[in-house]
Amino acid sequence: MARSSAHRRAAAARLRGTRGLAGWLFVLPALAFYAVFVLRPIALTFQYSLYEWDGIGPSTWAGPANYGKVFTDPDLFDSLVNAFQLIVFFSAIPVVLGLAIAATIRRIAQSRLALVARAVLFLPQVIPLVAAGIAWSWLLASTGVVNQLLSLVGLGGVTRAWLGDFATALPAVGMIGAWVLLGLCTLLLLAGMSKIDPALYEAARLDGAGPWREFVSITVPSLRQEIAVCVTVTVIAALASFDIIYISTQGGPGNTTMVPGLQIFYLAFSEREVGTASALAVVLMVLVIACALPIQWFAKDGNR
Amino acid sequence: MARRVRPRRAGVALIIAMGTLAAACAAPGSDSPQPRATTASPVSTAPTCGTAPITMNGYFETGFPLPKALTTEFTKQHPNVTWNIREDQFAVITQNAPRVLADNPPDLMRLPQVSELVKDDLLKNLDGYATAFGWDTWPASQLEQLRLGQGGRPRGEGSLYALGLNMSMTGLFYNKELAARIGMSAPPATLAELDQALDKAKKAGITPIVQFNGGATGGLAFPLQNLMASYGPAAPINDWIFQKPGATIDTPSNLQAAQHLERWIKAGYFQKDVNAVDYATMMSRFIDGQGLFMFNGDWESGNLDKQMAGDVGFALMPPAQQGGKLAAMSAPLTFGIAANAGNADCAAFFLNWVATDKRAREIGVEVGGSRPMGPADAYMPAVAQDTVTASTLAAGADIAEDNGAMDFIANATGAIYAKSWTPNLQKLVAGEQTAQGLLKAVQADYAGQLEGN
Repeated sequence: MARSSAHRRAAAARLRGTRGLAGWLFVLPALAFYAVFVLRPIALTFQYSLYEWDGIGPSTWAGPANYGKVFTDPDLFDSLVNAFQLIVFFSAIPVVLGLAIAATIRRIAQSRLALVARAVLFLPQVIPLVAAGIAWSWLLASTGVVNQLLSLVGLGGVTRAWLGDFATALPAVGMIGAWVLLGLCTLLLLAGMSKIDPALYEAARLDGAGPWREFVSITVPSLRQEIAVCVTVTVIAALASFDIIYISTQGGPGNTTMVPGLQIFYLAFSEREVGTASALAVVLMVLVIACALPIQWFAKDGNR
Repeated sequence: MARRVRPRRAGVALIIAMGTLAAACAAPGSDSPQPRATTASPVSTAPTCGTAPITMNGYFETGFPLPKALTTEFTKQHPNVTWNIREDQFAVITQNAPRVLADNPPDLMRLPQVSELVKDDLLKNLDGYATAFGWDTWPASQLEQLRLGQGGRPRGEGSLYALGLNMSMTGLFYNKELAARIGMSAPPATLAELDQALDKAKKAGITPIVQFNGGATGGLAFPLQNLMASYGPAAPINDWIFQKPGATIDTPSNLQAAQHLERWIKAGYFQKDVNAVDYATMMSRFIDGQGLFMFNGDWESGNLDKQMAGDVGFALMPPAQQGGKLAAMSAPLTFGIAANAGNADCAAFFLNWVATDKRAREIGVEVGGSRPMGPADAYMPAVAQDTVTASTLAAGADIAEDNGAMDFIANATGAIYAKSWTPNLQKLVAGEQTAQGLLKAVQADYAGQLEGN
């Protein structure tokens, strides 16, 4: 009896072992790709960040000097500040506006208008960012549609080359980002709303709640996880932005729209300062993680 | 339920993986070819492309038809040579140049700023070919910008590392119809006359200057450098561009030039949105007749002759004083041979052919619009007199006479244009930078970049 039980336990362990091994074998191809194309580049970037290197010739050990430069060189530091300013446009506007739009669409869910609105709002997600950047730089040019409309309604005084003006270039680039990300947020939030139990709304209505009360007390709390996903995705998009800005302003005028993604590209490929570029890349990665993790924790807490 | 890997174990595994990956690599760049001595291999007789079939690898710039027109004609004359040509935008070539030259060395390549390429031993030293073909007997000013000292510094003297397909020339294009409207019958002969013309245009409701200054391209560097040459001699500007020891851009005459540019900006001589105008927009506005002057180069001569036939003139920037010396930004359309190129001899033979063959020189003028390189007494193709191409070619001769050829201030270092001139010129337009501050900021960036190299 004892022998057979021991035997059975050993067999189970063996089975677990082989099953575990089989599991690892299944994961291996993905893991190998992950190691070669994600982990290795990260490790190499970190290694490069400790050297002074032009990308071709011999390198010299620089230690943490490149990191010092990231925080002391005003050009590099300002690009980090710009990225945080972009969060307002890339995250706040799409999430707040997305909530309002999703709530509205849900109320008219039966009509054909809701379908059209959803399609129109999601369109920017389908358009390649480069095309969006080009289209918007035409719209925002001094003779573009935006200025024509402003002149039409008697606001000719405020017209300007929006992307070429020191005061408006960053907000203008931010608006392009908001336009791109609004559709994604709206769709995510709409999907989340469809999961909310209608009985909750009925109960609230019986208690005499109006649409605003329903929205604040039921819709928003129920969407905590969706909102967290929206905020995470958009914050990362803001901090790691590159394509929209590369196409529309290239960081100009006078570095007002310079962001870390673009700065890394210039440092590595035009200035050939691979070490500094890598250090900025590592700092950016740490910042993105530092911003994204608390949002995740916030979403999880709501779950409990 | 899926089994969860315990976080601590996963963390340890990750650290081990990262450590292994990092430890497996030596210091970056240590696997690059060891620097060779940068002396030229002696060439006893002038090399040729031989008679056996040979395929040349070229890396050219998109949008410029001249190099391909030349290689096509070359194959016609030397049927054993075929070309395998890759093309990219100039910005892409600039970013790729070191890696392409190191990993996949082309026989012939359009080159960006060469200092750092020479420093990394990526370009063939052409001194041997220069002696064999007699390039060293050409007017010295043609090759000056392509000569570099040991380790890439300074430029302007030392060994030859590249050659030009032609010599471009910059100055003032003007719209003849708009000029007639303000009573300007001949191009301005002094800076004061130019100022008057700009003022008259402004009062007549004509944009005096269309220029680009948007994105990463500070096109106001064109008028600025022209003003520098108008106020002072060209040689100190070249010294600065060539990274000669002690050279500075922050000189009294350059300050006068920057202040003059600032006055032009404040007087509204540029379009209001100049900080959002890119090169293509500037060209379409000028061709559309939306401005009197445009600072640009003769690479557009052929294009303008076609699009505004008879309606466009060219003049060199006038000096501040009547009868003063003329100067202009003038640079070779730079091509070089990779240090490890397979067919270097044939590439050198081609470069020599471009400068000396009669048909090649004709193509250079017809397609390229600029002066061919080569001996001073070489054949010059005839051009119709009333074209802007004729004016730019004539200007080339004037500049040679006054020894006024300058390289572009944007070419002083690899990063000075995008990182320093462009943002500071954009700030000058927006009133966020002064003329003095501009020169000081650029000089500080320049010093920092030289120190970093």
